[in-house]
Amino acid sequence: MENPARADQAESWSRPNPRLLTLRRGEVGAGAVALLLIGVGLSFTNIFVGACLAVAALLVAGVGLTYVGRRFRSWGYLERVEDLLVRRGVMFERLSVVPYGRMQTVEVTAGPLERSLGLATVQLHTASAASDARIPGLDRATAADLRDRLVGRGEATAEGL
Amino acid sequence: MDSWHRLHPLSPVVQAGRRILPLVVVLAVPFLSQGSSTKSQSLVDAGLVGLAVVAGAAEWLVTRWRIEAGVLRIDTGLVRRRTTKLPLNRVQSIDLVRPGTARLLGLAEVRVRSGGSREGDVRLAYLAAARAEHLRDGLLALVRGSHTSSPMSESPIARASTFRLLISTPLRGAILWPILAAAALLVFGRHLPHGGGVVAMAALVLLAVGTGAARILSSQYGFEVARTQDGLLIRGGAVGTFTETLALHRIQALRVVEPLLWRPFGWAKLVADVAGGQRRRDEDRSASGRIRTLVPVATRTEVLRVAEFIVGPAAGEAGTAPPTRARLKAPLSYPMLRAGLVDGYAVSVVGRVRRLTTIIPLAKVQSVRWVQGPVQRRLGLATVHLDAAGGRSTGAALRDRSSEEARELLGRLPSLCATARRSTLAGPAHLP
Repeated sequence: MENPARADQAESWSRPNPRLLTLRRGEVGAGAVALLLIGVGLSFTNIFVGACLAVAALLVAGVGLTYVGRRFRSWGYLERVEDLLVRRGVMFERLSVVPYGRMQTVEVTAGPLERSLGLATVQLHTASAASDARIPGLDRATAADLRDRLVGRGEATAEGL
Repeated sequence: MDSWHRLHPLSPVVQAGRRILPLVVVLAVPFLSQGSSTKSQSLVDAGLVGLAVVAGAAEWLVTRWRIEAGVLRIDTGLVRRRTTKLPLNRVQSIDLVRPGTARLLGLAEVRVRSGGSREGDVRLAYLAAARAEHLRDGLLALVRGSHTSSPMSESPIARASTFRLLISTPLRGAILWPILAAAALLVFGRHLPHGGGVVAMAALVLLAVGTGAARILSSQYGFEVARTQDGLLIRGGAVGTFTETLALHRIQALRVVEPLLWRPFGWAKLVADVAGGQRRRDEDRSASGRIRTLVPVATRTEVLRVAEFIVGPAAGEAGTAPPTRARLKAPLSYPMLRAGLVDGYAVSVVGRVRRLTTIIPLAKVQSVRWVQGPVQRRLGLATVHLDAAGGRSTGAALRDRSSEEARELLGRLPSLCATARRSTLAGPAHLP
């Protein structure tokens, strides 16, 4: 148990909504299908290039889907008494600790694709640009609740700079 | 100080100097080359210069300022009146700036910075030098909350040596590498078919580098740091001079930078990351309020002594090296890597070519990050970042610590930082 992000499994980490995985899989799938279609189109003029693109599409789909699954499982956040923990990353594993008192703004964003699945991203900003506390793929109601809770805790312990 | 004041009557001259000087140069060239110009032409010229002078004088006439109940108020503007009110309890620093022309006339600008946006800056340009200093001391007293304006009690901490400044400036990477590149162009470029263009390019590079070096030299000449009751007082400048105040609690992190070519001399510079103040377009980084040079160049020992004035003893030399297996992951920087916690501060040393020592007060840490890359995972290493307010590069990286240590740090740091924050909230950190 070298990874502190994994070590705290006993405390219940909250996870993004599984629909985020659907969204990411869809994105990889769309990329692969686009490659495949270009390959099919080109195979009428040059069968070799077409075949290469088809193989590339299969590779993208295979590697992409595995990676997206592992990446999805790596996301997690934990609200502690004084700070928020956010973990992420497969190759580079990261764990951020952001004290509520340091929060300057809480941002909730939802792109068109996220919106279509009823998802939103919550991001915490501190006075430091390096602070890294972003939680994607939250159910919209969960995101709003989390935002309100964070703002409330931030106000209670505001310390600014 | 409750009646209205005006700026010094000569201030339009300094203000307009910047506007008129180029104008005069542009107008004088045809005049001199032709010997005599037509009467109407010289009338137009005189009119233009006159207009610039009148505009400056009008601005002076409609500008007035006073201190009313803890607020510095400035009214200005001829057509569009503008009133600026700056609550003195939000003041972050008060600087005296004296460009060359202002110095000739014995004037100084008082620049009051407050938190956040550039609208927060208030400039009184210009006052008589003695008056400006008196006003600065009075304002600082008001900021402190006392009403008696006591003159600043300074005790000098460090003074830059001109000799070292002259040697060290060309050895900066930003100056040296372009010079070498230009020299290479001159040597090899002559043999190329279009040699003339290459030589011209090299000349341009040298010109740009030369002006850059001259700017560094003129701003860091006579550089001096002193301790006052309000924190630090920084002054310097060759042609134009500046005097800045810096409250200690605004320092987010200290950095000791040792460029490659300074290391044989054992030289370093000390820089403070300062809270607040967006970078303005017309200012360079050091003047923007984000980064303040505290010591432009001195021996490492001297630099660490100044750092200790600010953060407490032995902070600069604290810390331990990472485990030897980190050499496999970071072969170049391993000899420099060092990190540790001492008494309310975190210290980290990183760097491949130049050595960078960061000292960050735990009370200023914004967030803590633990990162483990694939190679680090194999070797049982991890990096812990302490983020300070500002850009991505501020803050300390406790690089390539053993997994156990990194984990222990991650467990301990949040509560250590919280404790440090609270103890400084109770009363602003003051000098020992």
